[in-house]
Amino acid sequence: MGGLTSLIDALGRAVLRSVEEMGRIILLFFSVMGWMFRPPLRLRNIFKQMEFVGVRSIFVVVLTGMFTGMVMALQGYHGFRMFSAESMVGATVALGMTRELGPVLTSLMVTARAGSAMAAEIGTMKVTEQVDALYVMAANPVQYLIVPRIIAGVVMVPFLTIVSDFVGILGGYFVGVELLNINAGVFMKNITKLVELSDIFNGLIKAACFGLILSLVGCYKGFNTTGGAEGVGRATTEAVVLASITILISDYFLTALMF
Amino acid sequence: MIELIDLHKSFGKNQVLAGLNLTIEDGMTTVIIGRSGGGKSVLLKHIIGLMKPDRGRVLVDGVDITRLNDRELNEIRKKFGMLFQEAALFDSMTVGENVAFPLREHARLKETEIRGIVTDRLRAVGLPGVEEKMPAELSGGMRKRVGLARAIALHPRIVLFDEPTTGLDPVMTEAVNQLIVATQKNFQLTCVVISHDLQSIFRIGHKIAMLYEGVIIAHGTPEEIQASRDPVIRQFLAGSIEGPIRVM
Repeated sequence: MGGLTSLIDALGRAVLRSVEEMGRIILLFFSVMGWMFRPPLRLRNIFKQMEFVGVRSIFVVVLTGMFTGMVMALQGYHGFRMFSAESMVGATVALGMTRELGPVLTSLMVTARAGSAMAAEIGTMKVTEQVDALYVMAANPVQYLIVPRIIAGVVMVPFLTIVSDFVGILGGYFVGVELLNINAGVFMKNITKLVELSDIFNGLIKAACFGLILSLVGCYKGFNTTGGAEGVGRATTEAVVLASITILISDYFLTALMF
Repeated sequence: MIELIDLHKSFGKNQVLAGLNLTIEDGMTTVIIGRSGGGKSVLLKHIIGLMKPDRGRVLVDGVDITRLNDRELNEIRKKFGMLFQEAALFDSMTVGENVAFPLREHARLKETEIRGIVTDRLRAVGLPGVEEKMPAELSGGMRKRVGLARAIALHPRIVLFDEPTTGLDPVMTEAVNQLIVATQKNFQLTCVVISHDLQSIFRIGHKIAMLYEGVIIAHGTPEEIQASRDPVIRQFLAGSIEGPIRVM
């Protein structure tokens, strides 16, 4: 009986902690919204973060997008062949990439690359009193550190998703048409017939939401770091885990709403 | 003038400030002494509004900063400069960019004027020509001096020092002490220094305040503090483990 009580107690505490953390992240979001539209507009910081989140993630996004498209074509071909419907491979790859895999995989890659770096960088600044130094010099850290990263996440993840969608379909084309000899015309025709503009557009909205999640969680974890180098390591890990889980859960609800 | 009135601050069950009262006068250096972990840094953070007290008031030139919103507090903070314990230089910026940071944020100056002030401040702390270096390339003492150059860049009236000589060798300690004395004199600053380095305390302080168990138990000139018969102060100055201050 005592064991059961302590289990429920521990479970209750974990739930309370999670709800409290979610509340704090939402409060940070409102604070970011408040500071985003106040002068000065720190364009230099914003472009620096956009370069870090966007330009420097292109290679990893191209690689994951390309191979995902290729493997989808390969798997799809073997499945569709059973029904003599190989011509559907192109459309399946294109729909899968634009609606789902493009935004989700891109966001997870950017979370691992840039979300973790946001937590580590801001976390280090926190434990070495650089965040306090910003306050002391009358520069608000939310405006100076977090707003540019949020803007970069929301703007650049959709751009990276466009790249991922494109190279994914290209990878699917290469495997389907070049390696598995599906007719190129049929492959392309089914894509244009079945993929609508709204599929691409909704995928990009998802990507923007995921960009917000990964940057907000990364900044939140960094901003609340305590306990020196160990604390920075913990914050970084927690940022990647929490952002990835939140992206996957919110993906379901966004999909349910959009499609 | 800075007045701390009946300040209370607790972290969980640990009461750090327990009704602290202290008046810091303009144009002189007040050193706050006390044991490590005794709340000195917490006190300093209250003076500049980085922490809010559970109870009590912090008056800067008669304005209670505990009641101000972010924007009003930022205006008050422009009167302050602060040298952090580890200097807290932005490690993504060069030394020159660090010193220029408060100028770029708050002073409407041309780039050439900003560069002139940066050169001037770095020369004032004895580090001419290091503008292009990164903070990671500097020694601990140099970082503190750059931190001081940044703290006085905007020509503040009040400068706070959080353990400015901790971790420095005796020669560098004396160099930093001399710098604090000279900077205070040249810029007519009100300085608040937190320290438990006895050599430095009497070298730089016009007034010394002893923080013990959350309150100021003595406040006076260095001579008055040295002549004090209070057993806590006697033990602290003697560096003895025998006495009312318990070693934990």
